[in-house]
Amino acid sequence: MLALQIIIDGFAISALYALGALGFTLIFGVSGVLNLAHGAVLVTAAMVAWYVGTTLHGGAFGGAAAGILAGIVTAFATYFIVVRPIERSRAIPNAERELFVLTGTLLWAVMLQTILSYVFTTTPITVQELVGGTVNILGVKTPWNEVLIAAVSWAALGLLWLLVNRTRAGKQLLAASINPRGLTLVGVELGQVHLLAWLIYGILAGLAGVLLGGFLGTSSAYIPALTGSAFAIVVLGGLGSVSGTIIAAYVVGYLETLTAYLVDPSLRAIPALVLLVLVLYFRPQGFLGRR
Amino acid sequence: MKRQIIISLVGLAILGIAPLCGVSDYITGVLTMICFYAVFAMSWDLLFGYAGEVNFGPSFLIGLGAYGAGMADSIYGWPVPLCIAAGTLAALVGGLVLAVPALRLRGPYFGLITLVAVLLLQDAIVVFAGTTGGEIGLSVPDVLSVSATVNFYYAFGLMALAGVVIFTVANSPFGLILQAGGQDPVEAQALGFNIVKHKIVAFMLSALFSGLAGAMLVFYLGTASVSAMVDIAVGIQVIIAAVLGGRRTIIGPVLGAAFLIGAGEILRPLGQLSGFVVAAFALGVILVFPNGLLGLLQNRRRA
Repeated sequence: MLALQIIIDGFAISALYALGALGFTLIFGVSGVLNLAHGAVLVTAAMVAWYVGTTLHGGAFGGAAAGILAGIVTAFATYFIVVRPIERSRAIPNAERELFVLTGTLLWAVMLQTILSYVFTTTPITVQELVGGTVNILGVKTPWNEVLIAAVSWAALGLLWLLVNRTRAGKQLLAASINPRGLTLVGVELGQVHLLAWLIYGILAGLAGVLLGGFLGTSSAYIPALTGSAFAIVVLGGLGSVSGTIIAAYVVGYLETLTAYLVDPSLRAIPALVLLVLVLYFRPQGFLGRR
Repeated sequence: MKRQIIISLVGLAILGIAPLCGVSDYITGVLTMICFYAVFAMSWDLLFGYAGEVNFGPSFLIGLGAYGAGMADSIYGWPVPLCIAAGTLAALVGGLVLAVPALRLRGPYFGLITLVAVLLLQDAIVVFAGTTGGEIGLSVPDVLSVSATVNFYYAFGLMALAGVVIFTVANSPFGLILQAGGQDPVEAQALGFNIVKHKIVAFMLSALFSGLAGAMLVFYLGTASVSAMVDIAVGIQVIIAAVLGGRRTIIGPVLGAAFLIGAGEILRPLGQLSGFVVAAFALGVILVFPNGLLGLLQNRRRA
């Protein structure tokens, strides 16, 4: 029974991790930006969802919608306030742009973190669950909310796959990640593609933030650790590789669930970190990365 | 260059006599923290500004120094200088274990390894709470000195020493090779320089001073704690100080540290918002003046 429980819990948490890390890898793949404010975007969405849903009595779905909207707004703010000025600045040497994006988004994360704890609260909160009750899966009592989280995460992953592989705009995203210069040569405005990428990023991060906030709770103090986890999953899978990210999310999710159930819940984060260090030392490009 | 040296010597002299001019112990305490953070920021700048590597884990080295020294004192009861040496050694060994494999990686991968190192150290401290004091922190029985002025001079001396050493190294041929490796690794290697070896030496120098400052900070604050020495937020403060002051100058980070700690104290009445104001200001500076406060000062003079 314990084995089945681990399989079910691990599946749901891993799907959520995949969703949470996907936006991060998408933005890196398309525009080469490592957004260190990623955790802050997730937590902003969760906090707004909690505030609208619980404090303003907007209901679980009203809260979730507000949370996703907050994710989109924060994503665009990150792009327009931090990333684009750095990309367009003439005072910053090209070789150092990446370092400036890293430090700029890090500062932006600190700003968001302090604003969140000032406006909302510093104590950990839990976003209202979208559905209540439990379901019996082969004898394991599972909350409906957990089933929903897994389903929504996979639906989002599926939709993204359809978008990238079956639509014109999606193919442009893919092209931008493979050869941006080639894309501009065939007459596509790269700025538009980046805007689309940040929009998708905002939706994914908003959704992931709301679901995470309902599943594990959230707090502005979690921001650095969340950014760290997303970064870790993405690097483990290979920077910019979507399928690698999903595989890595499952490896990390199951490692954590196994540790939590079989060893000690307080040690759950450690094995994944050790695995990450080993992978970085022996295969820095990750599972499916290209260098 | 000559001008930079003269200005920093004058600045040092003013800072050095300030505690003798009858300022309150509170001000002396703030100046002491500025000195410690200046050491952290200078050590970080050597790696970021010159070698072009973002080290997200300055607090890994600081924390190793702090906890190494703190545990040597609280468990073995060694004399303070020996504890500080033990802490520094811990930072050097930890830095070596981290750096040798990690510096083969470039850019974001190196940054991530250093970030993970901080998280692991934090986990280790909590897991071994019995010997490390866990989340509450580890209080040490000894202090550097009970006098605020004497404490300041320890920190000031450390800052002056670190400043001279790091500045000299950064402006030596070694520093030039480091810069070349940071900006164009392929060409620098084609010229026959072993980039990785240079980076490891730079990292060890950074570890030496970060660890030493961390170890001394323990005996200044009387406690080693995750929130003061290991937390990612500490590392972020160091990074803000260095970038805000002006990367690749060594002197700039001292300015940045002074600004950061000073502004943090002045804005204390704002409570949580003070962090926001400082971060927003730092972001504004790096967006508009990527060369930081020092670059701003120099531009104005040139114009």
